[in-house]
Amino acid sequence: MTGALLQVDGLTAGYGAAPVLHDVGLTVQPGEIVAVLGANGAGKTTLLRTLSGLVRSSGGRVLFDGADLAGTKVEHLVRRGIAHVPEGRGVVTELTVDENLRLGGLWRRDRADARKALDEVYELFPPLAQRRTFAGHQLSGGERQMLALGRALVGRPRLLLLDEPSLGLAPKVTGQIMALLRDLRERTGLAVLLVEQNVRSALSIADEGVVLALGRVVARNKASVLRDDADLRHAYLGF
Amino acid sequence: MDRFIYLTFDGLSRGLVYAAFALALVLIWRAARIVNFAQGSMAVAAVYVAYSVTNATGSYWLGFVVALLAGLLLGVLVERVVMRFVDHSSPLNGVVVALGLVLVLQGTLGIIYGNEYQPVETPFSRDAFEVGGIAMLSRYDLFVFAAVGTVVVVLTLLFTRTAIGLRMRAAAFAPDVSRLLGVSVGGMLTLGWALAAAVGSLAGMLVVPTELGVHPTAMDVVFVSAFTAAVVGGLDSPIGAVVGGLIVGLLLSYVSGYIDVTVAPMAILALLVLVLLGKPGGLFSSSKARVA
Ligand SMILES: Nc1ncnc2c1ncn2[C@@H]1O[C@H](COP(=O)(O)OP(=O)(O)OP(=O)(O)O)[C@@H](O)[C@H]1O
Ligand SMILES: [Mg+2]
Repeated sequence: MTGALLQVDGLTAGYGAAPVLHDVGLTVQPGEIVAVLGANGAGKTTLLRTLSGLVRSSGGRVLFDGADLAGTKVEHLVRRGIAHVPEGRGVVTELTVDENLRLGGLWRRDRADARKALDEVYELFPPLAQRRTFAGHQLSGGERQMLALGRALVGRPRLLLLDEPSLGLAPKVTGQIMALLRDLRERTGLAVLLVEQNVRSALSIADEGVVLALGRVVARNKASVLRDDADLRHAYLGF
Repeated sequence: MDRFIYLTFDGLSRGLVYAAFALALVLIWRAARIVNFAQGSMAVAAVYVAYSVTNATGSYWLGFVVALLAGLLLGVLVERVVMRFVDHSSPLNGVVVALGLVLVLQGTLGIIYGNEYQPVETPFSRDAFEVGGIAMLSRYDLFVFAAVGTVVVVLTLLFTRTAIGLRMRAAAFAPDVSRLLGVSVGGMLTLGWALAAAVGSLAGMLVVPTELGVHPTAMDVVFVSAFTAAVVGGLDSPIGAVVGGLIVGLLLSYVSGYIDVTVAPMAILALLVLVLLGKPGGLFSSSKARVA
């Protein structure tokens, strides 16, 4: 396929000798939401960490916007337009809400737009605007998720790597986050690689789905097709 | 009463030096989770450089500036060449490497400069002037107040008001997340070591002339006092380091003045043990925030 925003082929990676990911391939088109599904330990987090360089790959190729990401330092990823919101949210709990958000835009040359993006995040998440001087550890789980997501948006990414945004959140809050992702995609063309345990809500907003089992891709299809595939759901997704 | 006032000022003046040195320990602890046991030897090395420069040029101030720069450079070297390659999976590794560094530095300085105390001049008189008949402070004490005060203000502004300070704090608290947000965590670590070593060198420059002079082990005793100050303050907290430094300085001054100088080191150890037993997180520990 040409023009893919993210193209992953034959990716193999792990911690130490035994690989966790085997020959993983997937594609994210600009403005597309792709869900990565799979049981605990399937390798979803490892996949995102390998894409952003926190885990080193031992084989395969990752193209972002046509350019090979091999050798790109983790800290240069945001400059390419990739934001990774890690599992467990990654709010720096010792810093305030405002400091966390500013951190998301420090790398940007365009200071005026970084400030504008920060204001937009406060508009998008009013609870954060009311808690600018709160330390990260004083926030609720949902507020932390808003903060982590908002901080990524301050960098105006083209691709969001999002690891289990629904973790520990009430269904209603999860629904709001999913709605927000869909909305962002419509407004800004943001593409999302969405790792989720919550298969229903992930497939409700995704265009495509990739199912991982024991580090291998066992299914790759339209979200609507995966939703209706009862055998697959029973075998790998548990509902 | 006169004596009490004198001892109090004396204690505050010493305490500020310990505060500066403890601040250097806290800077590295926050950045790298290492207690830099080589801090004293690194500071002595910088003081020797200043000593050479001052002897060669006759200018105390040139030596002073060069000492701070030498400290910066030594901090960069120690982090880039040594500490970066230490496996931090066990906290003991860093300690052992730092102690090894102490031996290397002290040995090298001994070979170059000899193992005798060499008196070092002060830029200002150390005679206390009297106010209403009470001996209070010397000009040198005022210089110490100003120097340490400047360091505290500059570091506070750096960490709370600047983008670099925000990066340094984030990199220390959450390295992976910071890298994902574009922060060069390795660069911040180097900067932390450089700053800490420069502050440690300043403390060395301030304290060495007030004791026996410069010697490869001249900072060993100061290290113990400053380490105690840092532990009292909680190792994590710059404010704690300053308050801890003042507590240790006052304690040393009162014990030396009212009991005996020889008891002073015992008092420091007693304080260290008391704090470790009673409040191991220190008086200003931010460990609550970390747990949450
Ligand atoms: N830091 C690590 N060191 C060694 N092995 C690891 C490490 N992190 C994960 N693993 C292993 O890699 C495999 C995949 O883990 P990963 O975290 O990628 O799974 P996941 O799909 O994200 O699971 P979950 O849904 O529970 O978050 C697991 O078997 C896990 O034990
Ligand atoms: Mg995971």
